[in-house]
Amino acid sequence: MLRSIRNTLSLVFSSLMNRRGTAALTVASIAVSVALLSVVDRVRTDAQTSFANTISGTDLIVGARSGDLNLLLYSVFRIGNPTNNISWSSYQEIRERREVAWTIPMSLGDAHRGYRVLGTDVGYFEHYRYADDRPLTFAAGEPFASATDAVVGGEVAAQLGYSVGQEIVVSHGLTETSFLTHDDNPFVITGILARTGTPVDRTVHISLGGMDLIHADGRTDFSAIDNDSYEPEALTAALIGLHSKTAIFSLQRFINESESEPMSAVIPGVALQQLWGLIGVAEYALYGVSAMVVLAGVLGLLATLLVSLNERRREMSVLRSVGARPGHIFAMLVSESAVLALFGALLGLAVVQLGILAARQYVLAEFGIQLSAGPRMFDLYVLTGILGISVLVSIIPAWRAYRNSLADGLQVRL
Amino acid sequence: MSSASVDDHSAIAVSDLRFGYGSGNDILNISGLQVGRSERVFLFGPSGCGKSTLLALIGGVLVPRAGTVDILDTSISAMKSAARDRVRANHVGFIFQQFNLVPYLSVVDNVCLPCRYSPRRLDRATESDGSAEKSAARLLDALGIDAELRARKSTDLSVGQQQRVAAARALIGRPEVIIADEPTSSLDMDRRREFIDLLLTECDQSNSAVVFVSHDASLAEHFDRSIDLTDLNSATSSTHAA
Repeated sequence: MLRSIRNTLSLVFSSLMNRRGTAALTVASIAVSVALLSVVDRVRTDAQTSFANTISGTDLIVGARSGDLNLLLYSVFRIGNPTNNISWSSYQEIRERREVAWTIPMSLGDAHRGYRVLGTDVGYFEHYRYADDRPLTFAAGEPFASATDAVVGGEVAAQLGYSVGQEIVVSHGLTETSFLTHDDNPFVITGILARTGTPVDRTVHISLGGMDLIHADGRTDFSAIDNDSYEPEALTAALIGLHSKTAIFSLQRFINESESEPMSAVIPGVALQQLWGLIGVAEYALYGVSAMVVLAGVLGLLATLLVSLNERRREMSVLRSVGARPGHIFAMLVSESAVLALFGALLGLAVVQLGILAARQYVLAEFGIQLSAGPRMFDLYVLTGILGISVLVSIIPAWRAYRNSLADGLQVRL
Repeated sequence: MSSASVDDHSAIAVSDLRFGYGSGNDILNISGLQVGRSERVFLFGPSGCGKSTLLALIGGVLVPRAGTVDILDTSISAMKSAARDRVRANHVGFIFQQFNLVPYLSVVDNVCLPCRYSPRRLDRATESDGSAEKSAARLLDALGIDAELRARKSTDLSVGQQQRVAAARALIGRPEVIIADEPTSSLDMDRRREFIDLLLTECDQSNSAVVFVSHDASLAEHFDRSIDLTDLNSATSSTHAA
């Protein structure tokens, strides 16, 4: 049995080497389809993980009344713009409730050389959590103390070559080059955060006082501001942590039904689910297209095998004359298909690995998605799946070869 | 062994055989054909007289409508197809007119091919020469395919050389029956004689019976016995194959 398998495989390898041109093309087409499917799945799950890792430990996000998704996107992902503000008094009201453990105020709307500027307080560095409840850490320096201090994310520092002690200018508005730059009110970098793989890396953090300083247009002298107790008039949003998860829904209801002003409170996990629901359609489309490409790859394999049958009839009958049974011929074609599919799939997965190693940094910097290297379960499914399908479709040419070899006997007349 | 009857010494025995394709008329009707062990038989017949069909029946690729085909005193016509294939692999070596070699295998691998499908022939080749490859080398040497030629791709050999490689393959593992179907018709006169001499010498060495089929009656002189298939076959219609 083992000898028979070894014999068949060695014949298959010699035969394929003899037709290495077509064999290589078939392997390549399988490789491309497998690589595509593997990449789509990888990017999907990695994007999902990256998104889910962006925020952790926060029980509610509060903002002016708007859609849950919108609130999540601008407060956590720094995507899009807030529709309205919430007043400082409403924020205070929430902060002073018994069930609230901590709050992080957020004031958005400005940019520094293409990176979003977030006005907040030092509680941000203490309470903000990402991934599995990981706190922010400083790669260098410390949190801001005065209104003209700034803490930059890991990517901002790396891309712009910033270091602690450097002076930067923050502009009003979101464009990269704004007319309203105030060289007379420069900020000093007091700290650089370690990379997190989240939008925090692409954010410039300043105090709430600093935020108003930008908007004050130089009319007020803020240098004497007591930064710790500074109270702005309004905020964009706030992150809230509770003592006990059980209070989430009652607080959410309280905020949503607030009579002082229209506000929304969303549970991050729930809003993330909505995000998946939205992206899901595109994902299924991508999977669908990938599956079609895989199908095309397998059909290419089938076509190659079928075309080869006629030119190999003589070869088959020679094998018959030296004692090969029709079953051997059948097994040969099925193994040939399996070998092509196996090599194609392995090549495709190898290409994906190399591609990820090459593109990792770029994707992280550009899209904030941490691509995971190394083989995973899905790759194994793809591998066995394509192997199974290839063996299955190869039954068609194998059966034809089997019939041919019975009909041709020992000598083919061509 | 000496007490055995004549029948017990036949390499091939065909009796009361009838065969036709599909539901067509009989194209072969042979009351009896016997080839003794180590006997050299020349089977003469013009194109279309059913030679190839008879060889396919002896090879166990076709099954007769009636009658029996025995190889080494075992009836293969009663066997299942897998068992017939096994008998062919173990006991019969074939040489055809052309396209004998598998193009993607080396010369030596081509010769060793029967040993892949027949453990018996592998054992016998190993027994006599140490391994299938050594056995192939010895046969190729004897048939004039030297080491330099062996290194070439089998498709780069001349037709005459390819036929000698095919002969070595038929002979490896000393099968009891060698069937040569027009093996010399693509060779010129001198090469024909040389090929037949080499083949018969090697068949003597391995005590194999030879059935040599040709439409060229002048080759009959090399053989112990000559049979005209048109005399043997009493079927009225004939195959129209080439």
